[in-house]
Amino acid sequence: MEFETVVGMEVHVQLDTESKCFCPTSTDFHAPPNTNVCPLSLGLPGTLPVLNKKAVEYSVMVGLALNCEISRWSKMDRKNYFYPDLAKNYQISQYDLPLCHGGWIEIETSAGKKKIGITRAHLEEDTASNTHEIGGGFSGVDFNRCGIPLLEIVTEPDIRSAEEAYAYLTALKQILQYLGVSDCNMEEGSLRAEANISVRPKGSEEFGIKTEVKNVASFSGVQKAIEFEVARQIKVIGEGGTLVQETRGWDADRGITFSQRTKESAHDYRYFPDPDLMPIVVDEAWENELRERLPELPAARRARLEEQYAIPPYDAMVLTLSKGVADYYEAAAAAKADPKKAANWIMGDLQALLTEAKQEIEDCKVTPDNLAAMITLIEDGTISGKIAKEILAEMFASGKAPKAIVEEKGLVQISDTGELEAIVREVLAGNPAQVEQFKAGKDRVVGFLVGQVMKASKGKANPQMVNDILTKQLKAL
Amino acid sequence: MSQDWTRATAYDIREAVKSGAVRAETVTQAYLDRIAAVENQVLAYNEVWNDHALAMARAVDAKIAQGEDVGPLAGVPIGLKDLICTTEGRTTCSSKILANYQSPFDATCVERLRAQGAVFLGKLNMDEFAMGSSTENSATHQTRNPFNLECVPGGSSGGSAASVSANECAFSLGSDTGGSIRQPAALSGCVGLKPTYGRVSRWGLVAFASSLDQIGPLTKDVRDQALALNAICGHDPRDSTSAPLEVPDFTACLEGGVEGLTIGVPKEYFTEGLGDEVRGKVEAALNVLRDSGAKTVEVSLPHTSYAVAVYYIICTAEASANLARFDGVRYGYRHPEAKDMREMYVLSKSEGFGPEVQRRIMLGTYALSSGYYDAYYLKAQKVRALIKRDFDRAYEQCDVIATPTTPTPAFKFGAKTDNPLEMYLNDIYTISLNLYGGPGISVPCGQSADGLPIGFQIMGKVFDEAAILRTAYTYEQRSGVKLAAPELAAS
Amino acid sequence: MSEITKADVEYVAGLAQLSLSDAAKEKLARELGDILTYIEQLNELDTEGIEPMMHAMPLTNVLREDKVEPCLPRELALKNAPNTDGEYFLVPKILGGSE
Repeated sequence: MEFETVVGMEVHVQLDTESKCFCPTSTDFHAPPNTNVCPLSLGLPGTLPVLNKKAVEYSVMVGLALNCEISRWSKMDRKNYFYPDLAKNYQISQYDLPLCHGGWIEIETSAGKKKIGITRAHLEEDTASNTHEIGGGFSGVDFNRCGIPLLEIVTEPDIRSAEEAYAYLTALKQILQYLGVSDCNMEEGSLRAEANISVRPKGSEEFGIKTEVKNVASFSGVQKAIEFEVARQIKVIGEGGTLVQETRGWDADRGITFSQRTKESAHDYRYFPDPDLMPIVVDEAWENELRERLPELPAARRARLEEQYAIPPYDAMVLTLSKGVADYYEAAAAAKADPKKAANWIMGDLQALLTEAKQEIEDCKVTPDNLAAMITLIEDGTISGKIAKEILAEMFASGKAPKAIVEEKGLVQISDTGELEAIVREVLAGNPAQVEQFKAGKDRVVGFLVGQVMKASKGKANPQMVNDILTKQLKAL
Repeated sequence: MSQDWTRATAYDIREAVKSGAVRAETVTQAYLDRIAAVENQVLAYNEVWNDHALAMARAVDAKIAQGEDVGPLAGVPIGLKDLICTTEGRTTCSSKILANYQSPFDATCVERLRAQGAVFLGKLNMDEFAMGSSTENSATHQTRNPFNLECVPGGSSGGSAASVSANECAFSLGSDTGGSIRQPAALSGCVGLKPTYGRVSRWGLVAFASSLDQIGPLTKDVRDQALALNAICGHDPRDSTSAPLEVPDFTACLEGGVEGLTIGVPKEYFTEGLGDEVRGKVEAALNVLRDSGAKTVEVSLPHTSYAVAVYYIICTAEASANLARFDGVRYGYRHPEAKDMREMYVLSKSEGFGPEVQRRIMLGTYALSSGYYDAYYLKAQKVRALIKRDFDRAYEQCDVIATPTTPTPAFKFGAKTDNPLEMYLNDIYTISLNLYGGPGISVPCGQSADGLPIGFQIMGKVFDEAAILRTAYTYEQRSGVKLAAPELAAS
Repeated sequence: MSEITKADVEYVAGLAQLSLSDAAKEKLARELGDILTYIEQLNELDTEGIEPMMHAMPLTNVLREDKVEPCLPRELALKNAPNTDGEYFLVPKILGGSE
């Protein structure tokens, strides 16, 4: 039997506000344990929540970017359950009236473009963090994270493969970063993804029994976990076994999912409207105001870059993956760099340097202006492309302007015909064997000889001129 | 003979202290002496702050000596219900679970009272977490009614009411969720007012039922109500449910009489459950107001008989979530033998909470549990809307509504503890007002044949405290009813 | 007549994290049954189309600006803790994942 994969995703995103969702305490959860807490974050008796306006605005902006309908009237609810990381033993969340609902996001996979439905996006508060390394049979609880605003984004069960899930997460993260509402750092937990996974016979309308995979630390981990889980489920069915609806963890080292709860406890969260918080009304005027604050989103920017700079679709796609790269690219283009060459340098050498140094482009010492200046130096023949690579590495390390490096190190390209002819003569004299081979009709040795000339000139020779002179001299022999 | 300041009103104390006629320290010492003399009979306090009170009083005196402004409550010694958070002393809610809890912050009303020169005498006993009508649910001790030590003082603000009537403070603060200020004021013979929901910040009030709770004063007379109310009312950005409205000068609203005022008398409050003595005193009180120029009209609040049912769903549901935080993790009682997480919760809660609190947590949890939400909680909220509509319609015909505060005077200890439902029904005349949200005041209107106080309740439109204060003040002035508790001489 | 069984009481006590003796369970089943029977008089009322009243005041959009204010010093935050190592609140070891 052929099976179809059915996946729905739930993503929790920490919204990048200065203060927590319901109290004026800093959201810096890296501070020493329990130093960014206030009476409210600790759930002390007598405390009351007051909703952070920016958290609402960010939520609505995400909703708009995900093509959601914004609820004119929504409210905050209490979700009741006991856990030591929950200061009040209820979480302030949204139950039946989320801020945003009914949207979609477009993803692109090897099979083409596809829309994934967004069921809802609702605002809630984050929990505290538990530390298990305290010893003595105790766990430690740190309430710094407790109360940071979280947006929970839930998709329809529209995802049909692990690859689509990966594409969804990438597209979502891209939008969130463009909006500037979250740093989306998965390792630090500011973006957490859970996948609801099931399989069903191809053509069937009914859903199979789903498992929920949680606590996966990377997008590729999610993809692998789904692949594993789908295979596992198909195997269980194939062997005539029965699947259990359960939560499963992901063991990245072993590449397997594992059951986290032998018995799924019946959750009875007793949601009810929080009497401490008043309803939220997002009228048309406020919605429009927030819509106007939306930046250009990835899809639109990609299309514009392709058109405005006449670059290939692939380049536009890569350059818009992150807002920082796209901003960098446009700044370099604005500084009069040739658009296609700028794209090549950013996607190639600069990206390689960034990856090696584990740096984001925002922290890069090579300014877009300097990159543009370097490209201009190649264009006007001052330096060769080979030398440029060296210069870029130096720029990356020191942040110096390319011209300064060229002058400091005497790296100006040799374009003087006389000087180059002299070097070529020397090289030919020093490599009689290769010259003989050329005469015997082996054209391939030209490349070797060009290399020797470049080496003799310490890379400074103008490669085009070297080619011309060398060919001319060889033919003259 | 020197004046007995413990019998004086807050207003008179303030005037005397400000004018330099008496030192705040002298007044405070007089109250501390009074507490020392009668507290073993009344048992109103959970904690008395001798040193702190005297230090606060001396600070007021020092300011006066410097010619500095001392605020409208200069040197007035007051008591605070033990669910109002204070950085001084403990805030226990009369519960074992918070027996040693020290709040790191002051409630907004405490900050305001401090800034206005009040002196804090200590924390007052109550029903555990404000759940009760007799203060018998306190985990610490039973407070007695100063008019009859064998009777309950009412509740849940029993300590707040008894301390005022026994002259153990000039006034006190209580909280009212379903009558917890007005009912003990009526039973213990003082004046108690529940402000409109949203008038007084709930920041620092340990929540029982968040959509109903309000802090309010218990005082010796109506003018002190106006004084105390102005001290604690006003918008607070820390409370989302706090009303962003100007607060009138309530003292200036007292005079003017009731000529032209229309008083609604709801027929549903004068039915078979109402005791004859109470009925007689309340009718006499209405006559005093008629004689003063007010008009009375019969009005109808047709959903009155459903109020108790609505109330016990809403308050227990909200309480079940509000009290979940007492789990022994960050503060409060943790059972010493808890070996794992579940034991920590279960043992701490089961030992930390008293039976009535557990009963209400169970009821509220049940009402919210899967499959019952619509039938109970949602239904109750809809009927709450009907009750509010009753009041809105009644107020189209009248300015204030007058009723008894309770069906009967104070009862003996243990009289209603066996039957929770019967205890709940004691709040039948006070509960509707919390559901509607408006203000209400209970003023003494006489005593039963046994000498127990009887309360007369005047309810107002939302944010119209001025009308009920003026009506109550006129009644108090014209009726000449002034209750004084027995001497309670030191034994 | 609302019938509350011992099993109902046990289920609700589980949600509320309360432990009750057998006698207490039976007593509570009776008391809750009485109270719920009393509460069921609400069913006499037709509330079709009535908006539930969630708040005593009709305010909306009570929001604060995103500004940080000084928070609680850690000594004060931990002051009331039943068990702490001076940095963390300590609880009996938590097993398994979070909710």
